Amino acid sequence: MDAKDGASDLTSSTKKKSRRPKYSQFTQQELPACKPILTPAWVILIFVAIGIVFLPIGFASLFASEHVVEIVNHYDRDCVPPNYVDNKLAYIQSSKTNKTCIRRVTIPKQMKSPVYIYYQLDHFYQNHRRYVKSRSDGQLRSKSNEKKTDTCAPERYTANGAIVPCGLVAWSLFNDTYKFSVNNKQLGVSKKDITWKSDPKKKFGSDVYPKNFQSGGLIGGAKLNSSIPLSEQEDLMVWMRTSTLPTFRKLYGKIEADLEADDIVTVTIENNYNTYIFGGNKKLVLSTASWIGGKNCLLGIAYLTVGGLCLFLAISFLLLYLFKPRPLGDTSYLSWNRSAPGGHIY
Amino acid sequence: MAGSSGRTKRKIRWSKLYSFACFRPVTTENDPSQLLGQPGFSRVVFCNEPQLHKAKPYKYPKNYVSTTKYNVMTFLPKALFEQFRRVANLYFLLAAVLSVTSLAPFQPISLIAPLVFVVGVSMIKEAVEDWHRFLQDLNVNSRTVKVHIGDGEFIEKPWQGLCVGDVVKVNKNEYFPSDLLLLSSSYEDGICYVETMNLDGETNLKVKRCSEATLGLVNDQSFGLFRATVCCEDPNPHLYTFVGNLELKNASFPLCPASLLLRDSKLRNTDYIYGVVIFSGPDTKAVRNSTRSPSKRSRIERKMDLVIYLLFSMLLLISLVTSIGFAEFLKTEMIKWWYLSLDDNDPFFQPQRPEVSGFLQFIRALILYGYLIPISLYVSIEVVKVLQAMLINKDIKLYDEVTCKSVQTRTSNLNEELGQVEMILSDKTGTLTCNQMEFRKCSIAGISYGGDVNEIDRAASKRMNVDVESYCFSIDEFETASQSCEMFEFSVGDISTERAILGGQRHEQNYSSAENSRISNVEEEFAIKGFNFRDGRLMNKKWMYRSNLSDVTMFFRVMALCHTGIPVEEDELTHKLKYEAESPEEVSFLVAAQEFGFQFFRRSQSSMFLKEFDPPTGKEVERKYKLLNLLEFCSARKRMSVIVSDEDGQIILLCKGADNIIFDRLAENGRSYQQATTLHLSNYAEDGFRTLAFAYRKLEAAEYEQWNSIFKVAKTTIGPEREEVLEKASEMIEKDLILLGVAAVEDKLQKGVPECIDKLAQAGIKIWLLTGDKKETAINIGFACSLLRQDMKQFHLSLGRETATIPTNNQLKAMKDDILNQLESFHKLKSEEGNDNAPLALVVDGKALEIALRSDVKDQFLPLAVNCASVICCRVSPKQKALITRLVKEHTGKTTLAIGDGANDVGMIQEADIGVGISGMEGMQAVMASDIALPQFRFLGRLLIVHGHWCYKRISKMVLYFVYKNIALGLTLFYYELYSRFAGEVFYDDWYMALFNVILTSLPVISLGVLEQDVSSEVCLQFPALYQQGMKNIYFTWYRIIGWIVNGVVASLVIFLANIYTFSPNAFQKNGQVADITHLGAMTYTCIIWTVNCQIALIINRFTWIQHLFIWGSIMIWYVFLLVYGAFPPAYSQRGFRVLIEALGPAPLYWAVTLFVVVVSLLPYFIHIVIQRSFYPLDDHVIQEMKHCRKDVADKQMWERERSNSMKMTQVGVSARVDARIRVLKEQLHHKKQLIYRSVTSSPIFRSLTNSPA
Repeated sequence: MDAKDGASDLTSSTKKKSRRPKYSQFTQQELPACKPILTPAWVILIFVAIGIVFLPIGFASLFASEHVVEIVNHYDRDCVPPNYVDNKLAYIQSSKTNKTCIRRVTIPKQMKSPVYIYYQLDHFYQNHRRYVKSRSDGQLRSKSNEKKTDTCAPERYTANGAIVPCGLVAWSLFNDTYKFSVNNKQLGVSKKDITWKSDPKKKFGSDVYPKNFQSGGLIGGAKLNSSIPLSEQEDLMVWMRTSTLPTFRKLYGKIEADLEADDIVTVTIENNYNTYIFGGNKKLVLSTASWIGGKNCLLGIAYLTVGGLCLFLAISFLLLYLFKPRPLGDTSYLSWNRSAPGGHIY
Repeated sequence: MAGSSGRTKRKIRWSKLYSFACFRPVTTENDPSQLLGQPGFSRVVFCNEPQLHKAKPYKYPKNYVSTTKYNVMTFLPKALFEQFRRVANLYFLLAAVLSVTSLAPFQPISLIAPLVFVVGVSMIKEAVEDWHRFLQDLNVNSRTVKVHIGDGEFIEKPWQGLCVGDVVKVNKNEYFPSDLLLLSSSYEDGICYVETMNLDGETNLKVKRCSEATLGLVNDQSFGLFRATVCCEDPNPHLYTFVGNLELKNASFPLCPASLLLRDSKLRNTDYIYGVVIFSGPDTKAVRNSTRSPSKRSRIERKMDLVIYLLFSMLLLISLVTSIGFAEFLKTEMIKWWYLSLDDNDPFFQPQRPEVSGFLQFIRALILYGYLIPISLYVSIEVVKVLQAMLINKDIKLYDEVTCKSVQTRTSNLNEELGQVEMILSDKTGTLTCNQMEFRKCSIAGISYGGDVNEIDRAASKRMNVDVESYCFSIDEFETASQSCEMFEFSVGDISTERAILGGQRHEQNYSSAENSRISNVEEEFAIKGFNFRDGRLMNKKWMYRSNLSDVTMFFRVMALCHTGIPVEEDELTHKLKYEAESPEEVSFLVAAQEFGFQFFRRSQSSMFLKEFDPPTGKEVERKYKLLNLLEFCSARKRMSVIVSDEDGQIILLCKGADNIIFDRLAENGRSYQQATTLHLSNYAEDGFRTLAFAYRKLEAAEYEQWNSIFKVAKTTIGPEREEVLEKASEMIEKDLILLGVAAVEDKLQKGVPECIDKLAQAGIKIWLLTGDKKETAINIGFACSLLRQDMKQFHLSLGRETATIPTNNQLKAMKDDILNQLESFHKLKSEEGNDNAPLALVVDGKALEIALRSDVKDQFLPLAVNCASVICCRVSPKQKALITRLVKEHTGKTTLAIGDGANDVGMIQEADIGVGISGMEGMQAVMASDIALPQFRFLGRLLIVHGHWCYKRISKMVLYFVYKNIALGLTLFYYELYSRFAGEVFYDDWYMALFNVILTSLPVISLGVLEQDVSSEVCLQFPALYQQGMKNIYFTWYRIIGWIVNGVVASLVIFLANIYTFSPNAFQKNGQVADITHLGAMTYTCIIWTVNCQIALIINRFTWIQHLFIWGSIMIWYVFLLVYGAFPPAYSQRGFRVLIEALGPAPLYWAVTLFVVVVSLLPYFIHIVIQRSFYPLDDHVIQEMKHCRKDVADKQMWERERSNSMKMTQVGVSARVDARIRVLKEQLHHKKQLIYRSVTSSPIFRSLTNSPA
């Protein structure tokens, strides 16, 4: 009996021993660690470093932006014939009025090819929820999904069947057209590669052809050639990439020729798209692009401002540290010394 | 059964002592039995007929006790109800319900899954905790006890199977399974000893005795035919009352509280008892006394709720703006937008009924902007707290080798509360002390033995010597440094021997005190339990060389004879006996007497036998003392006497008792040592020793006989005046005593308690001592723990007279006035003192406390109590403990922590903001009720100062960061609505949003919550003052919260505006492409991920590889996710298809904007911390810098100086006491120096020197 007790005692004591927590740096919270401290030197170094990095980037982007030549032509107001000025809606909604409009733009600086042609709309809310969701990506991708129009309300089907491409986005496709000529010489507008490369490959099927499009009661925007598959309808693909903000540009095409300074480009505009009803603007933009894209001074200025500010902060902190130094670990700042003479009260 | 050999020695039963005792427990009530049968006193119990209690009207609950919150049936509804009482959860529930409708901007799963997860985790936690409670209940309920089943046969049954009316047999050292009526015990006169430590915290054993009617039930067989009926009071929580009647064989016997054995108390020093179950299970007084454990929430969590409300109002506001704006634009503008063709009956876009659409939009917005309310905050906090608790549990430094237990955080949601504790309410026995007495010092015949210099003096002189070096140079120039040092040493020596000088034996004392201090320097573990005494003058029979030998001998005789103990066991090797007695003090006296050569080895009916060392012969002789009378100890008398006659027929009265009581009763010729003894007494008291004065008186036979006849009459008196008569009788003989000396026993503190209290006091935490023990004991412990010290102003609040019965209204009013007067005089005294620096201490008696806590008095009482440096409450009941805790908590609004080990502390543990149970002891009730279980009190220091401090900072930083992070994301959604005429489109892909709180930003914040440290644990302990940051709650002020909200707003603005204005409407790539909604969403989102992750890098003070991995990994994961997501075919990735590799990655603008946004959105915060750190540093900043510059190694002196500076405000604790001592010493030194200076300057030599021309 006793022996048994002894044995059980022994086991229980070894069992107890194992209850001691095992040592590891993690459980004892003693992992090696770096404990960076904001010393004055570091503060100044960081500010200077930001300044040193930011200023060149700012200059570079400003420089790049300056190199971009951008011409913006606001045409919707001027393209309305004088007799329709007070009734622009009637002008645009009537099928009988002449929508052709000639604009002349002077090239201020040489524009190296490619020159990108954009149309810009203002106050057009492509980001409206009802609008954004009114499309069927599945239908666009493949012929087999032709009937998938449940997200496309209210442009889902006509009496003849499902609309391809369905939905409000496609239905409201932009339908102004531009033709360019310099010195009476026609300029070719390339519509190749104005979309993201993945669009024709993966998102718009080569077996999907427009069907019942713009054949319902209400005509929205442009019509599509029903013999060309969607994967080649570049304007549609561009339009279907809904914009973030109510002011947006979309690529119309490219001019694959250099435009010289002081050239006068004649643009023949078919002014079809109705922005008059909601007071939107239409602009034609010709622009070159650099490594930062289009003309964009904002970023350069912002970079320069922040870089300059940081250098200024570096200097001001340097001065502060010089005139009002606080030695690292100055014990007079400790709360229990503050009430004592020589302590810092604040 | 191994111990039975020792037990056979016990022929002399304890109860026999009572044949000499003058006081028997008597009922003091007038005649409560007339109450029986009236409402409140209607219970009827049929003893030994439990079957009668199976049916109504005598059906009482079973003896099953449950402490669980839920059962299988109620768990789901109750736990769900608990969960959805949190407003945020309710909001998310609503959002989840709405998400299945077409209103929702997101997929339902992304709203339902996190909610299910959050609620599920919390509920699982609840369930696991309740399961543990159930297991503990099961453990208690399945303990077994012997139950009578008829015909005198007893079998073992589990506790839960007991029924009212059952007769049970409880053996020694077993707990009572329910409230029992004592029928008989192993002692013939039917008494038994009970330990009630678990109930009321009192350490001395209580005597219970049965009714005379049932005395005859001595063995199992006698219960075969036993039948009786008990009529008694209904179940109630009053521990000290019991009214009942026992009807046996047509006779009625009154019952009193002395015959009721309460559940949770323990049978001691009695072999067995028989009892009948009167109250079972939930009816027992112990269970009635307990309260349900409330669910506790930490202060930060409660404030967090307010923050959530703030965010809610923000959410409501922007939702309102959204819906009104939407309705307005719908009516005026959108109707003109032909491309929306708003002519169908889509309820969301009805220009004809904009208010309906606006309302729907409002609901949608509530869900859409839901990212402002951090649902993941709850999950993350739960996860972090569990991990924190795990780390606390795993801390090796919180592991107790002796009990093999480590700290156990039972509820993890109070971790950060540990960093904000302002007040600790501590139990005494079992928590601070180990309920073990040690004989430490004695003063015999005016000479003190057992070491003279105490720890405090030693520490003070040690520190002074260090300081003296610098001090030397500042003193008068014509004295050399060495001289002054010498002089100082002399002065320290002087002080410690001053008392000895008074004692009159200067030289010898000087010598011996030096020797003693050397001895006490050598810390030696004593093998003898209860005896920690070293003095060469007494040990090893050296006492026989003392002068006053007869007094010394008599002193030892008092120790050996004046007690109620008995020898129980003999050690085979050393022939030393072990003893058992009513109080541990007596045991320690017996052990000490044995060590000095006065071994008490046998007690018979009327005699006591000593083995005495006889100095003249140098041999051990056995002596027999006839025990004539025993005047028992009780708290009112505060003394105990025995009258014995020795072998020569000399009758001696030996008396021990409280010093003032004894001093009052001294004979004129018995006061020769009084002066010296008084001095020693005060020294002992300051060291926290419990002292008893010893005195004797020789009686003439005639005088004794005369007195004895009076006493006999008194003893046989029956009725209410009995007590008074007896008191008078004993007064007559206990007088004209001759003082022998005093003995000091130490109520042994647990290991590390003074150091721990010292640390806690330095951290600025106030410590209140709440104990059931008597005032003297409590004050002793106060001194021992350095909660009290001699130069403190002590206020004693007590009632003039004690009344046992329930006071009438008039008495109550008188008591109230009494208390109010006392309080007023304290206030006066305080203001008279003038200087606030004098620390105050308050000692309150339980009865006085009860009055002081009444609603109209407490407003005077509590402010005074809170202002005191230390408060000691003695003789408080468990209920009062809980009451004090609650009132202090409510009145001061401070975070309280209660720590205790027994069932009597349960109320207080549950009531306090944090309840800590000591798990080292056997009782589990305190641990079961506690939030955190510690093996020992000493771990409290590290738990609070290190872990509490860390957890507080971690959680507060974490919550603030969460608020920031969600605002930074949530507001960008709102800004986007501003640019889309509140149409309600979501800026980001659903997947991005779902991943935000789950993967992309969760791990860094968890690493912050688990691993962040402002300073290392060593520094925390070196600078306990850092703890005050948590007490002042400087990391979670509204100032900070608003600051972080503003920071979040700034970050979101920078992120959103920088993105939309650089990316729109121009091309952002060299090939002329413009950004669409998907691109801009991904770009903005990239900036958010970078910003919030870099922001946390700015918050973190300490980077281990884990933080680095999590922070930079999270950013990497975002890109990896974009790549992987973009690689899926468009059917799955939709518009996210190839977004990184095709559009964003090749565009330098994307990277440039990311860099710009991150820097700019972090700049305001960065400038803020630079300014704060550089010009307004907080304590932790400075200490970090000191550590950083390695000043703790390089400039040790400064480091130490700051350490001592940081604690100069403390008033209690060892260090404070040492400081106070140093102040006194310095004053004396200064005084002495002036004396010398004066004597030197006035000396003729000096005059001649100075007057003589140079």
